[in-house]
Amino acid sequence: MGLTADEFTVQFISTLLKFSILAGMLLQVPPVMLLVERRIPAFMQRRKGPNRVGLFGFRIYGVMQALADTIKLIFKEEVVPTGAQKAFYHLAPVFAVFPAFMIAMAIPYGPDIQVFGHTVPLSVVRVDVGFLFILAISSLAVYGVTIAGWASNNKYALLGSLRASAQMISYEIPLGMSLIPIVLIYGSLDLNKIVEAQTHVWKWGIFLSPISFILFLIAMFAETNRTPFDLSEAEGELVAGFHTEYNSTKFAAFFLGEYVSMFVLSCLASTVFLGGWQVPFFDVRSLDQLVGFTGVGAFVGFGSLLMKAAFFMWLYVWVRWTIPRFRYDQLMGLGWKFMIPLGLINVVVTALALAAVRFS
Amino acid sequence: MNPYIPVLISLSFGLVLGGALSAFAAFLGPRKPSTVKSEPFECGVPMVTSANEKMSVKFYLTAILFILFDIETIFLYLWAMAFPQLGWFGIVEILIFMLILVAGYIYVVRRGALEWD
Repeated sequence: MGLTADEFTVQFISTLLKFSILAGMLLQVPPVMLLVERRIPAFMQRRKGPNRVGLFGFRIYGVMQALADTIKLIFKEEVVPTGAQKAFYHLAPVFAVFPAFMIAMAIPYGPDIQVFGHTVPLSVVRVDVGFLFILAISSLAVYGVTIAGWASNNKYALLGSLRASAQMISYEIPLGMSLIPIVLIYGSLDLNKIVEAQTHVWKWGIFLSPISFILFLIAMFAETNRTPFDLSEAEGELVAGFHTEYNSTKFAAFFLGEYVSMFVLSCLASTVFLGGWQVPFFDVRSLDQLVGFTGVGAFVGFGSLLMKAAFFMWLYVWVRWTIPRFRYDQLMGLGWKFMIPLGLINVVVTALALAAVRFS
Repeated sequence: MNPYIPVLISLSFGLVLGGALSAFAAFLGPRKPSTVKSEPFECGVPMVTSANEKMSVKFYLTAILFILFDIETIFLYLWAMAFPQLGWFGIVEILIFMLILVAGYIYVVRRGALEWD
């Protein structure tokens, strides 16, 4: 092989490639979820759900429903409410979209692969402070909600955004606290190192720190404003919450942001607690030698992560149609009076147990 | 390669995508503006006052408490990273830190700052 490439070229081109694939994949999440979120509840409630829209006369279980909805949404008229603060009104969808996309880039989607003798990580952004990066960027999502409600000049929107922003910042604390025992146990802020440490099923985060998993799961639902914490868009009280006055592609932007952040948090939960790209009882990195073709292991690992993330996505829908909505004081009480003390106790107990094992 | 170049790429992509979705609304689709249509939605009743009025002080309180506890979480991250080097000394220090914090937390709960009525 006379083909050689220097480090920078390989890394830069592979970054662009990984980025395009991942961005394309993320843009497919909302259409799929749009269908799933209408078909699964239909089966749960013994209805049919949307099964009419097809292609060339074939219905194929209504898979084209998402496309039809998207096209309808794009060609809607935009109505800007009178008295809206124009600049902020147009800025809010941007803030709803980009944080979710940025967090998605930091998640390791597979083991490192060798390309022309260079090690290429299978995450677009590979920083050694992965956790802090994710927590920092995910905080920015609050701005989209707050600005949207404030700029709309609508009372329902304002109330919805106030509720949502207070809820999101309240549950960010348990979310951050639930990950501290993970950092203590695996001793790294680098997500890929955490996945590599979970070599065996009994070393998965869910078994080493089950309380963290429960806290993270609850905070994950609250952060994405999903049922049972969808106080921000409680249909019976607030019409549609912070995006009441948004329509057309601007509404699509909020929709996209919500589903992408759901998917990203699902990926993060799988990465931290369910072993990420690891396959139970099997080392995917040994597949390369077994099959004799580089990249097979990475591909299988990627599939493994997607399966785990799909489970969480399904859990989102399942919970939505099972558990009723909280009252607002119950919601804030759960966050501040139950989850924060429990998170602190969890940190202390984990630290003491680890110290007893390691420093004795 | 600097690991923050991909951060820049993904940031610019996110901004462009969000901006495009925000801007396209004005170009695609029909435009038939009318006074009634562009009124803020108030269940069909004409709007009497502006929406940006007084709001409950509880939301400010939540925001202030959030800052305190979030900074504390970040401190815990720093300690967690230095945990193997600090050993028992670090644990005792963080327990003292948490004790002070919990005292504040109990004060906040006792004063009813977390009650929503």
